[in-house]
Amino acid sequence: MTAPSSGATAAGRAWHVAWRAWRPAGSLVVLVAAILFPLVFTNPAVTNYGVFTLVFVAAASAWNIFSGYSGYISLGHAVFFGSGAYFVGIATKDWHYTGSKVFALLPLAGLLGAILAVPFGLVALRVRRHTFVVITIAVFFIFQLMAYNLQSITGGTSGLLAPTINYAAATYNNPFYYAAFAIAAGTIALSWLIRRSRFGLQLRAIRDDEDRARGLGVRAERVKLSAFVISAVPVAMIGGVWWYYTTLVDPSSGFDPLFDVAIALMAFLGGLGTVAGPVLGALIIEPAELYFQQQVSSGYIFLILYGALFLVVILVLPRGVIPTAAELITKWNARRKNGGGPPGQALPASAPSPEVDLSADGSKGSSPQASTARGLA
Amino acid sequence: MATFLRAVTDGILGGAVYALMAAGLTLIFGVLDIINIAQGILVVLAAYLSYALSVHLHLNPLLGLLITVPVMFVLGVIIQWAFIRRLRGRERTAMSLLVCYAVAVIIEGALYAKFGSTDVSIPTPYANSSKDQVHLFGFYLPYIYLIGFGLAVVAIAGIYLMLYRTKFGRSIRATTQDAVAARLIGINVNRVAAITFGIGVAVTAAGGMVFGATNTFNPDSGYDLISRLLSIVILGGLGSIGGALVAAMFMVTAEEIVNIWQPTWATVVYYAVLVIVLLVRPTGLFGKQEARAQ
Repeated sequence: MTAPSSGATAAGRAWHVAWRAWRPAGSLVVLVAAILFPLVFTNPAVTNYGVFTLVFVAAASAWNIFSGYSGYISLGHAVFFGSGAYFVGIATKDWHYTGSKVFALLPLAGLLGAILAVPFGLVALRVRRHTFVVITIAVFFIFQLMAYNLQSITGGTSGLLAPTINYAAATYNNPFYYAAFAIAAGTIALSWLIRRSRFGLQLRAIRDDEDRARGLGVRAERVKLSAFVISAVPVAMIGGVWWYYTTLVDPSSGFDPLFDVAIALMAFLGGLGTVAGPVLGALIIEPAELYFQQQVSSGYIFLILYGALFLVVILVLPRGVIPTAAELITKWNARRKNGGGPPGQALPASAPSPEVDLSADGSKGSSPQASTARGLA
Repeated sequence: MATFLRAVTDGILGGAVYALMAAGLTLIFGVLDIINIAQGILVVLAAYLSYALSVHLHLNPLLGLLITVPVMFVLGVIIQWAFIRRLRGRERTAMSLLVCYAVAVIIEGALYAKFGSTDVSIPTPYANSSKDQVHLFGFYLPYIYLIGFGLAVVAIAGIYLMLYRTKFGRSIRATTQDAVAARLIGINVNRVAAITFGIGVAVTAAGGMVFGATNTFNPDSGYDLISRLLSIVILGGLGSIGGALVAAMFMVTAEEIVNIWQPTWATVVYYAVLVIVLLVRPTGLFGKQEARAQ
């Protein structure tokens, strides 16, 4: 077990440094594209895809901040999603908020997510691995049951309806799109900052070997709980956006086991524990899911297809697109180098040709080379 | 008082059935170190198989077990061989959950496509008229509950005999204790894993038959079942069959008792008990200390 995981780290590091070379330009392009998207594609059917995809970009990235970095797989993040949705729903009704003012409730939803995450985390993080997963599932079911049974607050099975909004039909989706975009972008930035930070390093140390990390002075309880609370905030906020957009939350849609598994699958497909992985996974899976849902009239066929897709992703790409691609690039570089002579001499000699193409859109020069060398060392 | 006795009786009789299903789950965990979250939907699948045999072929559900048990066993072996066997590496825990979930979603979709979402129940010759009931502590109990209890007890005894009185059972216990050492002393761990997964799934045939005869069910029932089963195996301590038995009896009885005056909140008992017990004892009632390395 040690050998493949250390190989993965080496490949991951190589990829990380290569990514660093063209990251500023690449990220900027993606950012601008995402901002311009609803202005270029004005068809509401298309922006609808955009809103839902951003909801999952935010949720999967937030999930990854805790589960991806720490290795503790949570199947209970729908608790925060549903709670955020219900909170915004209840507050909107009780305080008679309408129109764009409802978006002002989102930070409060995030705060609620954080408050809920503290006792949830304190209970669940006492145990590890499978038991942790099952506890998160149990807490999830407790919340779903509360949503069903506390009818005076949650509306029971009929759920909570959003007030109608008088936005123009042509640009109706845009406020939701930008709200979801802001949360998603903030989550990705947070994920990136955490991954670079000492805190992120401590989380990954816990993932690799919790007891050893403790021995080295990582305050594991505090670190894990902080990550859990941080990852709850965007999920609760995006739940509020989702409620206002879909106009309805009921116990089965707000607290949906499929949500938990979907965000985990997205992070897995892209690459667990990477910054870009969950984003990529959400960008692939959510539009595909929406498309299938529209194409396949019967929900049962959809379930079967969804499960099959799931199996294919996990069995074919068990480590996700980004780590796998990184490994392929590393291997390819290694082969090139071996072809050119001893690695030490090959390094300066192989500066031109394909390598430059690879890094052309970011910074030019030999940084991917150096990264590969460092990755292999 | 009669209601209370009834609740306790129901709890013990029903608890045995849950114990059987949970025993399969915990056995699989012990050997393969994965949680088969498809267990709930597999119980429902087995219940539908019994239902189809009983309705279309007019087969006595007990005789139907002669067909459903081998079918579920083979299905379990196939799932293990095709999907679980391939998983390795650091993320195996998470990936096995996702794979089992995917299998569950596929089965759920197939059941919806075949049987629709209406609630059904397995018709049995033991629960129809008043003479199919036994008078007990001032209430009437259909025979099927007693038959189900007996079946569960026999099956659990069978699992125990297999584990503690056969050579293969010894390989299972050895693999549970230490898979690497078991491999070193010549145990074919892959074969043990496949057969254990088969046995763990085969018990759902009996469990599903009794569950389907004493409850109404539809393809959605899998979620409810798996959440109960998970609570039971965690409470009992993962990997401990005895723990699963005790936890199942306790949980189902507690639920039945709460059900007397708080039907809407009865299910929460499972999770509440689970959370409270784990606060005191993170390994469950009979669990081993968790291994240090992953």
